[in-house]
Amino acid sequence: MDAIRQRKSWISKIVFQVATIIGIFALLILMFSIFNEAFGYVIFVNEKSPQEIYNSGNNLGEATKEELISILEDNISRGLMRRFNFEQSFSERSSENILELVMTEVVNPQIVKAWSLTSSLFGKKKIIETLKNDYPKGNLEFRSWLSLNFLLSPQSSIPEKTGIFTALTGSLMLLLIAIILAFPLGVATAIYLEEYAKPNKLNNLIQINIYNLAGIPSIIYGMLGLAVFVRFLEPITSGKIFSQTINSTANGRTILSAGLTLGILILPIIIINAQEAIRGVPKSLKFSSFGLGATKWQTIWHHILPYSMDRILTGSILAVSRALGETAPLIVVGASTFVAQKPDSVFSKFTALPIQIYQWTARPQPEFRKVAAAAIIVLLVLLLTLNAGAVLLRNHHNMKKKG
Amino acid sequence: MEDKNILNLKDLNVYYGDFRAVKDINLDIQKNKITAFIGPSGCGKSTVLRSINRMNDLVEGTRTEGEIIFQNRNIYNPEVDAVSLRKQIGMVFQKPNPFPKSISDNITWGAKINGYKGDMEELVEESLKEAALWDEVKDKLHENALRLSGGQEQRLCIARAIAVKPEIILMDEPASALDPIATLKIEDLMKTLCMDFTIIIVTHNMQQASRISDYTAFMMTDDKRSGHLVECGKTSELFIRPKNKQTEDYISGRFG
Repeated sequence: MDAIRQRKSWISKIVFQVATIIGIFALLILMFSIFNEAFGYVIFVNEKSPQEIYNSGNNLGEATKEELISILEDNISRGLMRRFNFEQSFSERSSENILELVMTEVVNPQIVKAWSLTSSLFGKKKIIETLKNDYPKGNLEFRSWLSLNFLLSPQSSIPEKTGIFTALTGSLMLLLIAIILAFPLGVATAIYLEEYAKPNKLNNLIQINIYNLAGIPSIIYGMLGLAVFVRFLEPITSGKIFSQTINSTANGRTILSAGLTLGILILPIIIINAQEAIRGVPKSLKFSSFGLGATKWQTIWHHILPYSMDRILTGSILAVSRALGETAPLIVVGASTFVAQKPDSVFSKFTALPIQIYQWTARPQPEFRKVAAAAIIVLLVLLLTLNAGAVLLRNHHNMKKKG
Repeated sequence: MEDKNILNLKDLNVYYGDFRAVKDINLDIQKNKITAFIGPSGCGKSTVLRSINRMNDLVEGTRTEGEIIFQNRNIYNPEVDAVSLRKQIGMVFQKPNPFPKSISDNITWGAKINGYKGDMEELVEESLKEAALWDEVKDKLHENALRLSGGQEQRLCIARAIAVKPEIILMDEPASALDPIATLKIEDLMKTLCMDFTIIIVTHNMQQASRISDYTAFMMTDDKRSGHLVECGKTSELFIRPKNKQTEDYISGRFG
């Protein structure tokens, strides 16, 4: 009898372990495929090699400012020279800046072939062969597609020059708007439902609806955003009501519309989390406050909210990290797939990280998959940062309870 | 000197939904005395106590009938504000429940929300001294109150209650979660506190009731589980010559 029981418990332990291992394995594969794409050897071919244009030395980096300017003069049209001079006169430009001009306008390296991390590490011979046979003029370089330049560059149709700055600022602005809308509304609703609402039929119905809203597919929220924020509230969300000078072709498909849509999307999640946090406040704390002659509001403001705030914040951060990864509602609300300028106000057209990643993976050039992998890493780092913040807050809360 | 009534309970009935938890209580509470409620578990002692400062209002589905006269008014009159009533009738709970703040904030918070204008430091010292806690905590007033021991926490809760300067302090089994030494300290404290305050205490512990109280009210449940008052009188008389058979059985430990 006892042996059977022991056996059963041993088997269930194995089952749980296998389940865990499968989960971890899936995660590892995901991480591997992303990092595999984001780093690796590339072959690039220069339109004009540095040796060709710079005779007095081998390294362009050692050239003086005057030498660099003369290289520019020799190699590009007068009209282009004049335009650069007009944008910022050459005497004012730093030599780094002019070197950059030389690199983009004259040397103009272009990636012709790229490898993944595994083939870079284990197939270097083959890569060097390819270089010798197919691209005799090419240069081999180990490239991290994720770089500071990648973070700070706007979108471009050339994979090695493109960046996620527009998508990153777009995502951050969306989140900011979503938080500004959803956090105060959500916490206020939670306080009302937990502390004021009597348990009658109407309030039960509201409660059930909120639970259901949290489970609705996000694309439905996209439809809502399209109908309400983009179409119905267009004068407000396009900014026309505030200023006549805004000349935008966004027609309501703006950061504001999308941010509000995401805000509505995470509102039920924030409400439910905040309700649970408020419910977790010990009754004894409430009673001792009431027992001293505190009003309901004083009890809520001085005791219930401070006690539950880190749990409310934890829940809200998790909700925000969900909003960060949302793609479907943004597509419906009308995210642009190509925005070369960073958004300058909430009434701008926008793109966001997940949209950008989707768009890059859909492109035919294989180099864009590397770019997409780099963008996924950025998105994951952002998500992990948010979630780590949530975990830290929760630990802080647990410590506080222990006193 | 004739004892003075401060509180009169008249035909008090408390219902939780359809269940009548407390039936027809008639009782007078004497000023500056300690009145103890004793009786078996579930006989409605705590319910009666909580109805005195309308803490029962906070429990969903509670209904109170009858009158509790305090300062010539029925506290269940619609025009009586439960919030300001609780300033005059304070409460100490079974489990010590200081706020998760510093010791001095615990004392001053109640005074602050009630618009106390005087010197806060003085108030802290005075209240802690009155609660016999000053000597133990005077060097760590700004430390978190949750670091105190259970007995110290409970005395802090008493200090917090008296800082609001109530007329009556209700104590719901204040020592039941404490060890014997801490219990003794609380009991000593109550005896000195009744110079300034009227104390009503609910206790499971009959020895405690006989040690500290001036008056004792014995409650029992009837066949419908409703609590009612069996006997009430001076503690010295009730414990030595109980008039009721049930009281005698209970205090002599034959049931309960």
